[in-house]
Amino acid sequence: MEFLTILQILDSTVRLATPLLLACLAGLYSERAGVFDIGLEGKMLVAAFFAAAIAYTSGSVWVGLLAGVAASMVLAVLHGIASITFRGNQLISGVAINFLAAGLAVVIAQTWFAQGGRTPQLPSDARFGNIVLPGAESTIRGIAQQGPLGQVYSELISGHSILVYLALAMVPLTWWVLYRTRFGLRLRAVGENPAAVDTAGISVVGLRFAAVMIAGVLCGIAGAYLSTALSAGFVKDMSAGRGFIALAALIFAKWRPWYALSACLLFGFFDAVGNRYQNIQLGEFVVPVQFMQALPYILVVIVLAGLVGKAIPPRAGGEPYVKER
Amino acid sequence: MDRMPKWADVVLIPLISVVLAFMVSGLVVAIIGESPLRAMQIMLRGAFGSAYGWGYTLYYATNFIFTGLAVAVAFHARLFNIGGEGQAALGGLGVAVILLAVDWPHWSLALAAAMGFAMLFSAAWAAVPAYLQARRGSHIVITTIMFNYIASALLVYLLVNVFRVEGSMAPESASFAATTHLPNAADFAGGLGFRGSTPLNISIFLALIACVLVWLLIWRTRLGYEIRSFGHSETAAVYAGINPTRIIMITMLISGALAGMMAVNVVMGEAERLVLDFVEGAGFVGIAVALMGRSHPVGVVLAALLFGALYQGGAELQFEMPAISREMIVVIQALVILFTGALDNMVRMPVQSIFLSLKRRRDNAARPNPAE
Amino acid sequence: MTDAPAIELRGISKSFGPVLANRDISMSVARGTIHGIVGENGAGKSTLMSILYGFYKADAGEIFINGTATAIPDSQAAIRAGIGMVHQHFKLVENFTVVENVILGAENGAMLRPSIARARKLLAELSEEYGLKVDPDAVIEDLSVGHQQRVEILKQLYRHADILILDEPTGVLTPAEADQLFRILERLRAEGKTILLITHKLREIMEITDTVSVMRRGEMTNTVRTADTSPAELAEMMVGRKVLLQVDKTPATPGEVVLKVSDLRVRRGGVERLKGVSLEIRRGEILGIAGVAGNGQTELLEVLGGMITASGGAVSLFGSGLDITRSAANGQSRRAMGIGHVPEDRQTEGLIMGFEAWENVAFGYHHDPKYNVGPLMDHAAIKADCVDKMARYDVRPPNPRLPARSFSGGNQQKIVVAREMDRAPDLLLVGQPTRGVDIGAIEFIHRQIIALRDQGKAILLISVELDEIMGLSDRIAVMFDGRIMGERLPDQTDQHELGLLMAGVTEGAA
Repeated sequence: MEFLTILQILDSTVRLATPLLLACLAGLYSERAGVFDIGLEGKMLVAAFFAAAIAYTSGSVWVGLLAGVAASMVLAVLHGIASITFRGNQLISGVAINFLAAGLAVVIAQTWFAQGGRTPQLPSDARFGNIVLPGAESTIRGIAQQGPLGQVYSELISGHSILVYLALAMVPLTWWVLYRTRFGLRLRAVGENPAAVDTAGISVVGLRFAAVMIAGVLCGIAGAYLSTALSAGFVKDMSAGRGFIALAALIFAKWRPWYALSACLLFGFFDAVGNRYQNIQLGEFVVPVQFMQALPYILVVIVLAGLVGKAIPPRAGGEPYVKER
Repeated sequence: MDRMPKWADVVLIPLISVVLAFMVSGLVVAIIGESPLRAMQIMLRGAFGSAYGWGYTLYYATNFIFTGLAVAVAFHARLFNIGGEGQAALGGLGVAVILLAVDWPHWSLALAAAMGFAMLFSAAWAAVPAYLQARRGSHIVITTIMFNYIASALLVYLLVNVFRVEGSMAPESASFAATTHLPNAADFAGGLGFRGSTPLNISIFLALIACVLVWLLIWRTRLGYEIRSFGHSETAAVYAGINPTRIIMITMLISGALAGMMAVNVVMGEAERLVLDFVEGAGFVGIAVALMGRSHPVGVVLAALLFGALYQGGAELQFEMPAISREMIVVIQALVILFTGALDNMVRMPVQSIFLSLKRRRDNAARPNPAE
Repeated sequence: MTDAPAIELRGISKSFGPVLANRDISMSVARGTIHGIVGENGAGKSTLMSILYGFYKADAGEIFINGTATAIPDSQAAIRAGIGMVHQHFKLVENFTVVENVILGAENGAMLRPSIARARKLLAELSEEYGLKVDPDAVIEDLSVGHQQRVEILKQLYRHADILILDEPTGVLTPAEADQLFRILERLRAEGKTILLITHKLREIMEITDTVSVMRRGEMTNTVRTADTSPAELAEMMVGRKVLLQVDKTPATPGEVVLKVSDLRVRRGGVERLKGVSLEIRRGEILGIAGVAGNGQTELLEVLGGMITASGGAVSLFGSGLDITRSAANGQSRRAMGIGHVPEDRQTEGLIMGFEAWENVAFGYHHDPKYNVGPLMDHAAIKADCVDKMARYDVRPPNPRLPARSFSGGNQQKIVVAREMDRAPDLLLVGQPTRGVDIGAIEFIHRQIIALRDQGKAILLISVELDEIMGLSDRIAVMFDGRIMGERLPDQTDQHELGLLMAGVTEGAA
């Protein structure tokens, strides 16, 4: 395989890993605080739609991003009200949010644009462009003429949208927040033993809402990335299970930020390979593309089965907090 | 002391939740700029206004009874089976395998075989997450979601590479032989105006029989007693000599098999071949149906009928009100899950306090309660 | 500093729905004293303390701290007012370190590192001052229960608490650990701290407190100086009538051996919890197992009851071996062999709280032919049996259609007792038969146990209440760290000797 081809696959890995990473970190905040979130998919989807729709109508991708984040946060609040305020079942709430998003996005798209539940194609100034880092080549021919190091710089490191760099920056930031700040200490505590937090005089509800809202913001950015950076507009079901792959990555990473990055890059790589090659020839064996698509899910089942290390979720995860006498 | 009468818990609260869900849905329609009342009228007419409408409504309801029962049975053991979608897909595979492999002389034999294979395949698909939950403690919600995606990839692969008819581009199997075609409503209820094209077939009776069997299982057998005990408290179940692994496995096998039965209605009864994505979200509708029906077969039938009407009425709605997309049904489904499931306490708490204050007033009127 | 009492409550009332948990409670505690609060389960002690700590808001009444009227709407306000609480179940984050737990909620600033550095220094000082030695970097789940409790106390001192509330602090401690705790409390008192000690163990009240208040049915009935009262008087005040602390029974006449346990071993969570237990119980005999909670009694009961499997040893019933490598949940029914089992926790084990009473009467016996017709369960037969049992075991209200959770603790326990004892099993396993049960029901249940013994049945009694063990048992075995430390006859031993055994101290060492 040619060096440049490998670079192109890795470049595409980074692009495809970005929404996974943002959603995965979203899930990390929420679940570390003890609120399961299987509604990552729905929040991403609704953000993808509003980001594209508002970017299209306003002409500004940044306004679109804000709209996407706002929409995602509305669903996050809903999840908070159901699972924190009213102590409902967090899983059922997540399921409801996924369907609500899938339905509403298409219904509103149809009402606003009447194009069968999609937004119009976004013009380039209503999308996130690729940033060419100083000294990098941006044309295919230019890159092809560079040496290997230059190719790595131009193809892999340079030329992504700002959201890619933002997502990558979120990893150390999340680590820092979690392990180096008061907020992080309290967040981890409330996911492990909310009673300890409550008796220390800190609001369990407040902390959990904060975590759920952060998850809303990150899912919003992830969704906006899908429709305004990775592609040019919203189409029905465009999140395509990425919320669940992000959830899978989160379990794979055992709820830790740096591992989340690795897991998302791995799953992004599967996706990139699957996109580039329909079937992969491994000697006598042909690996069908469907197997590559299913691989993240299969890996998660293997991890959950405890075949490669045990994934222990935050101990208070999934349980609404009820004060005891 | 009981907080409120049983009927309030079983009927009143779900009813209020569903009404709330529909009011919010109506609000969405109004915001879109259409009249919710007219939309409802169109949907009702579409669903119940003709034999054609009834045919589709009941056909969809049949699917939802099966998937709703699947979720409900698992709920009794406090297992949340989100995998109905994938299990039903595998059920379809089972139906296709046996109907294509054997030359069936009569539909009744074919039906028995198709049921067996549908349940076998779908139960097997549910068995893996069940085993992982029982023995390895792997969260069944996550594993069943994962298995939905794996099932979907598997079916695409098989339809494209194995079942596809040579020369055809469509990812679907060959049509089943005419001898395997199930009697449809035109055959057994032609007098009611059903035409030969109606999708409604004898599977609906299978669904109703399944309801009775599930009711017997859960409330009248020792196994059902053990399933419910386990659902309430695993430690108590172990104390009483009930084996958790056995309960999880059996419950999920039954749940999976019920989800798989939905394929008999669709793959054998309607499409008469295996097509891509034939489940069309019925596995997920089952969640809404089970929640709304309080995991009771009677509630499941009523909720399935409601969702059947929504699916059929929604199709009509899209026709007459192009501004409203068919996805409006998904919105309603989401709101039903939200209000009857996740926001249950929001409705329950005020209702409870109303009953409590009513009771107190009654107690004060009567003599003081000696039990206190 | 004024002479005002550290804590003064005036007219505190609190109700939960129709239940009045606290009624017009007034109390005053002087600074630098240890004040005990005693009362039966459900007397309202915990509710009152939760109000003082801001967990609940009182419906009426006022709280004065150091003479100043103080509103305590939440825990934060309680902490600001200098009140600290050590709960019965520790509120620690198990996979955090000691220092992380101590600063949680009392950090300095938004960054963690300076907080931790400061806490480390302060912890060293506090440990020195009060003799509370704990490694600040140890992870909580690696610490013993006694040390975890120290962390809880340190947490409160770190927050500058002047008033410490301790809720049933010795329930999980060995007598030796409890002694250490009392020494710490005395030092805190000497430093001018005020301590509220909630307990139902009268011995502790007599040993450590200066004054004591008694609560009954939501009311505070008496407050006395400890020196002026006696355990018998306190017990009478708790119950509202004379209590026989001794149970009437005739001497045992043991017959043939019913249960023989040899070198029984159980592993759980990678730890050996039973390290070779051997014992025998004969017909017409009650063997009591004394010990601090968590020393293997639970495992002994559960392995005999078939809930868990053994990793070694042998158990025989009337001389024939019992398969202890398979649990009853995996195919064999201990109940069919004539073993009844009143479990330690009726709410999570003995009953399905959401099931109606009649469904609970069949629980575990649902395969009994008399409850079934062919493949289906005979609901009418089970209900009839339930009505009959409710009448004979005095379950109130006698309504088989009421869910188990609607009954009081005592009546719930009577349902379990009726189910497990009415079949007159050859061997009865009983765990904590009277935990959370009112005095009337305690007497009833004790009489039932003795009646079963007098029918010639064998009984294994496990209880953390030493008084109960001493009152009921014909022989007493003491468990410590998964082993039987020794056997004693109740009339030839005393609390002191048993306490030493419970702490793992054998004669040779003592």
